[in-house]
Amino acid sequence: MSSTSHSALPQALASEGLPAHVEVRPLRHPGPTNTEPKAVRIAIITLALAFLALCIALPVVSVFYEAFKRGWLAYVTALAEPDALSAIRLTLLVAAISVIANVTFGLIAAWAIAKFEFPGRSLLITLIDLPFSVSPVVAGLVYVLLFGSQGLFAAYLQAWDIKIIFALPGIVLATLFVTFPFVARELIPLMQEQGTAEEEAAVSLGASGLSTFFRVTLPNVKWALLYGVLLCNARAMGEFGAVSVVSGHVRGLTNTMPLHIEILYNEYQFVASFAVASLLALLALVTLVAKTLLEARLAEDAS
Amino acid sequence: MITETLSLPVGRQRSVIPGFGITLGLTLTWLSVIVLLPLSALFIKTSEISLERFIAIVTSTRTLHALQVSFGLSLAAAVLNLIFGTIVVWALVRYDFPFRRVVDAIIDIPFALPTAVAGIALTSLYAENGWVGSLLAPLGIKVAFTQLGILVALIFIGLPFVVRTVQPVLADLDAELEEAAASLGASRWETIRRVVLPAILPALLTGFALAFARAVGEYGSVIFIAGNLPGQTEIAPLLIVIRLEEFRYADATAIACVMLLASFTLLLLINRLQRWSEMRGTGA
Amino acid sequence: MSIDILNVTKRFKTFTALDAVNLHIPGGQLVALLGPSGSGKTTLLRIIAGLDWPDSGEVRFDGQDALARSVRERNVGFVFQHYALFRHMNVFENVAFGLRVRKGADKLPEAAIREKVNQLLSLVQIDWLADRRPNQLSGGQRQRVALARALAISPRILLLDEPFGALDAKVRKELRRWLRNLHEELPVTSVLVTHDQEEALELADTVVVMGKGRIEQVGSPQEVYDAPATAFVHDFIGESLSLPARVSGGRLHVGAGETALDPQGVEDGPVRILARPHDVDFAEPDAAPVRGRVLAVRTFGPTRRADIVLGDGDIVEAAVPPGIHPAVGAQIGLVPRRYRVFPTA
Repeated sequence: MSSTSHSALPQALASEGLPAHVEVRPLRHPGPTNTEPKAVRIAIITLALAFLALCIALPVVSVFYEAFKRGWLAYVTALAEPDALSAIRLTLLVAAISVIANVTFGLIAAWAIAKFEFPGRSLLITLIDLPFSVSPVVAGLVYVLLFGSQGLFAAYLQAWDIKIIFALPGIVLATLFVTFPFVARELIPLMQEQGTAEEEAAVSLGASGLSTFFRVTLPNVKWALLYGVLLCNARAMGEFGAVSVVSGHVRGLTNTMPLHIEILYNEYQFVASFAVASLLALLALVTLVAKTLLEARLAEDAS
Repeated sequence: MITETLSLPVGRQRSVIPGFGITLGLTLTWLSVIVLLPLSALFIKTSEISLERFIAIVTSTRTLHALQVSFGLSLAAAVLNLIFGTIVVWALVRYDFPFRRVVDAIIDIPFALPTAVAGIALTSLYAENGWVGSLLAPLGIKVAFTQLGILVALIFIGLPFVVRTVQPVLADLDAELEEAAASLGASRWETIRRVVLPAILPALLTGFALAFARAVGEYGSVIFIAGNLPGQTEIAPLLIVIRLEEFRYADATAIACVMLLASFTLLLLINRLQRWSEMRGTGA
Repeated sequence: MSIDILNVTKRFKTFTALDAVNLHIPGGQLVALLGPSGSGKTTLLRIIAGLDWPDSGEVRFDGQDALARSVRERNVGFVFQHYALFRHMNVFENVAFGLRVRKGADKLPEAAIREKVNQLLSLVQIDWLADRRPNQLSGGQRQRVALARALAISPRILLLDEPFGALDAKVRKELRRWLRNLHEELPVTSVLVTHDQEEALELADTVVVMGKGRIEQVGSPQEVYDAPATAFVHDFIGESLSLPARVSGGRLHVGAGETALDPQGVEDGPVRILARPHDVDFAEPDAAPVRGRVLAVRTFGPTRRADIVLGDGDIVEAAVPPGIHPAVGAQIGLVPRRYRVFPTA
């Protein structure tokens, strides 16, 4: 980075007529302290890019390639299929519910945790993060153990004729579990960092609790909130393991997009499978672009 | 409000900011309903299994093998992610090259791409007639439907954990540290080994543990490429699903319980590592 | 509006921030709470504002109980140390905030809000910055916004927490004068917290010196400087030359020798003699009550200071009077002209 200024220095000294015994050796000058020789740099960059291209970029490219392998018509036909459409509808519904629930919960939890001191606070943060470290399959299983036909609440559910497992509520619950930390964990550190001075100022100027929240706190975290919503939405739409366990795979009824992809793939309908997958891949890419744009805004919030 | 102010409670610090009680109450309630109660159902169901039965399930050849595949390959994938992740972080933080920001954004694809999509994409790439698989087949290397395939999927999903954990720490590392080391006569390699690596070690270990934890529980991206042969390429989460589909709830529960305890242990370890990492950060 | 602090005690865990503090602040005055960090001055200010509550004691505004009222109801203007400007609002909206959150009958129509905010912005001389965001302002400008915002709710008490703490020396001096003038124009009682004695002495009608959760002295700037009530105040305000000494039998002893200095009625025991450096004359060693050896002489512009090591090893710093040129290593005598004797706690 600063190699030009470094190598210019000995020459500048030489041209100013230094005494002859000062040995100026521009060719053997050691180079900047904070980086590696050029060959090493190029090798590291090449290795990193090759690894990323092979492991990360190529799979995404192949999704779109496979989806359009048989042309536009096959692609559109696959998506217009009624089962595909109902999978898309169900996925959107589940994602909407979990985003709304997580935004509400995330704001409430972040307020309690970031604006107040109380014992057990760090334990609470750990518990909120807990779903991140639970296998999605286990996340689905625990709801089967609660609400399934052999579950702890099976008797009550049967008595009131409520169906949770192999139905929409089960899918929503499993999705809520795996997306649980997404919004809260974006908000908590930012709100902790922002402290309580602005809220105190608002209250000292006569604002009520709610108007302090809506006029001061919420605008200050809006980008982080949006960021959390993006991540939460991407995960909710793409969740496979947990939903797979509780859904029952009823075509046109309890199949979300990822489950539909699996069924089509296992039936060797590869183009149709990749067509649905390409929608989710597109969602992932849009999420990443939006996330990258948001990160600049986030830095603003934190400043 | 007025009486409350007059009574001047002793103990917890009072705050002018309202809403503590209600928000904390709602947080705890929601947390219990969505997370804690369901997880405790797993332990309640496990406790209904007799100890001999539990041991028999967990130590059956098939279960043991599935656990071995899950943990062994996750460990291998985490090690590979640690190595390649560090190279990627180094290139991203220390060097400038065209499209660096795009490359930086690409790292998050495994976070954002649904696992099922990643699963079928990797399978089609590494199958014998796929782009990569067809290049490897003449060399006698089979990836899809072997343990190697599982490894590929686990590397894919684990990489961002290492990169995103180490990247900010390396970026924040004070340049003066390296200049000081160089001024004291250390070579570049010695500086990296003795100054830079120790400084980012907690972050490296945290990233490693996060990638490992994620890989152990991974399901979606693995089952397509794995082949799922019992005793060979069957991972523990898949065995849970299979037992569930066979209505062998006790088996599913017991295996899930082992997995969950492993998750808790890892979470505890990661928390420790993160605290260590933060202390390093402030100490510098 | 007058403020009365009666027997206020506040503890944070084991740390006593305020220890049975009593203080009367007459209406209309500008009072400075002056003390080192940890002296409890900010805690006292936050208790007056209603941002904190005492463990015991009373706070009265014009004789009325203030603790029963929340910060929203106290109608005090509070200027926060780091301003706490709302980062997502421009200057105008920051100042308008207190008017916009009013409910019911107190709510002003939009036109009245605009007029009042514009008035305030010209009062603090930043009307041209109305559309800027806080992060586009200099420190001094933020300070003015914070003040205008606090004044928008027409407070009868204005509380300022280290108002100039984050500003550079030049801006600080400028704003100090300006704040004084502003206080004269407004019908408010102002209380400001500072650790900067120059600020407190120059700005305030009354200076309240605090140390370790207690009030050490309340008085005019002149009084606290010229007649410090305690050794703490003498040390904290202005420069001090401190001589360890002892009173025995009604006589003051320094080192081994008895001196002719007045023990000022302090009872027998260890004491400290405190004097301003310029109140200490140099003299021949034999004729002076205090003797020492010159260690070093330093020059700061027009003044010179000498480090003098006393017989028992203590080092004091004395102002060298004009015309005298002590040599390093020379024995010298010190004669305190004006001094105070305080028992050693």
